[in-house]
Amino acid sequence: MSDTLLDVDDLRVDFPTRTGLVRAVRGVSFTLGRERLGIVGESGSGKSQTGRAIMGLTPPQARISAKKLAFDGIDLLGISPRQRRALRGNRIAMILQDPKYSLDPVMSIGRQIVETLRTHEKVSKAEARERALAMLEAVQIRDPKRVFDLHPHEVSGGMGQRAMIAMMLIAGPEMMIADEPTSALDVTVQLDVLGILDKLVSDRGMGLIFISHDLRLVSSFCDRVIVMYAGKVVEQLKASELGQAQHPYTRGLLNCMPRIGFERHPLPVLDRKPEWAA
Amino acid sequence: MTAAITVDGLEVIFDRFRALKGVSLEVRSGESFGLVGESGSGKSTLLRAIAGLAPVASGSITVNGKTLGARRDKAFYREVQMVFQDPYGSLHPRQTVDRLLQEPLAIHGFADGEKRIERALDEVGLGNGFRFRYAHQLSGGQRQRVAIARALILEPAILLLDEPTSALDASVQAEVLNLLEEVRRRRKLTFLMVSHDLAIITHMCERLMVMQSGEAVENLTAAQLVAHRVTEDYTRNLLRASDGFVRA
Repeated sequence: MSDTLLDVDDLRVDFPTRTGLVRAVRGVSFTLGRERLGIVGESGSGKSQTGRAIMGLTPPQARISAKKLAFDGIDLLGISPRQRRALRGNRIAMILQDPKYSLDPVMSIGRQIVETLRTHEKVSKAEARERALAMLEAVQIRDPKRVFDLHPHEVSGGMGQRAMIAMMLIAGPEMMIADEPTSALDVTVQLDVLGILDKLVSDRGMGLIFISHDLRLVSSFCDRVIVMYAGKVVEQLKASELGQAQHPYTRGLLNCMPRIGFERHPLPVLDRKPEWAA
Repeated sequence: MTAAITVDGLEVIFDRFRALKGVSLEVRSGESFGLVGESGSGKSTLLRAIAGLAPVASGSITVNGKTLGARRDKAFYREVQMVFQDPYGSLHPRQTVDRLLQEPLAIHGFADGEKRIERALDEVGLGNGFRFRYAHQLSGGQRQRVAIARALILEPAILLLDEPTSALDASVQAEVLNLLEEVRRRRKLTFLMVSHDLAIITHMCERLMVMQSGEAVENLTAAQLVAHRVTEDYTRNLLRASDGFVRA
């Protein structure tokens, strides 16, 4: 199967704490091809920890285990930290929620992008600069030369997130993990950023894991959706078939959001069943 | 119908930045009114100016017939209470729920504190078991319920709500919105609610004002918004954005 980029089988992430073991991810399995896969869940469902475990950004005290966690045939849990670093940012990239925190505040945006590129490829400074500018243009930043020299605090949230996407795409990754990439942005800016992400992902044939709490947004953007609850996958379905979701949690999550043009007072609330977490 | 809040030509200036550029607004008594806009549109500043938390440069604010000066007196806060966006930041981390709820009662010199605290907790669906817990022992939704209880304990007539559910999960958001609707119905409250989410505003409010960069863009009823009968491009853009992502 050459189509499979990522193969996750029975992934578990445990955090030892003073009050006992917190099992954040409890046996998650899925595969990713060159497609857009959404992972949806509420806070504490383990969706972000799943993404971080794949990226190798789990805190050191956590214990990760999996029957299989392979990227393009490489066993991610078996390789050395050095080999892992070579993958990270180069073949696997990650976009985080808030550009205010995920960009380096004391480095200009251009330098950060150039740094990423020169870490993974042997290119001259002049060429790196050229490619960074081209990349900034690709994420629809109107005046790339000006933005190149700006620091993160000098740009808006939408601009910062575009810069972040530019930085993540410059090394030409084959897989991208986007953890709530647009949650910190205004609705209209959100769509611009999603549009850019969508175009770049399909043009380059990347695999995308889109992690979000917003089921409706994810289903309008992704090909396939995984719904997580209490560290487990409760349902996997095609985004187009969201209307036929079987699991009561998925249906509840879809139902409980107010929608324009649908008067429901009071809103239906989720009735959490203990057996969902079993 | 009488006006609960009238704002006329309100200007708020932070240093040299004009956050509000002459905004006018009328909220009728018993009505639920929404303010929508993107970040930086001035919607929260307007709410904070009414509560006395933003520097008003010019213009007037009238609440229940009284025009407000630069300082708010105690009587004002008996009438008007505010619920903030972030339930993690708006509760004192080292005070129990009981202590938090006693604070407004002590300030306003209520004698029947015990009964009021019990009733307020009951009203927001928490019950007495939560009385002696600290904020960190509560979930986000429970914290926001405590914040609502704290606002309700003085029995105000007007609630100012600044994105009360945007820090909460979707399922918890539904519970808190239902709670707010229920207390409004039961106590005949007036709501002035800020949100960036058009769906929430149309769900909660009868009328709304769209704001952009410190100015009012247009005033609409929720029904007009639902029917997409809007005149300004900006509002149309917001409406389109709230439909979700559409592949070009």
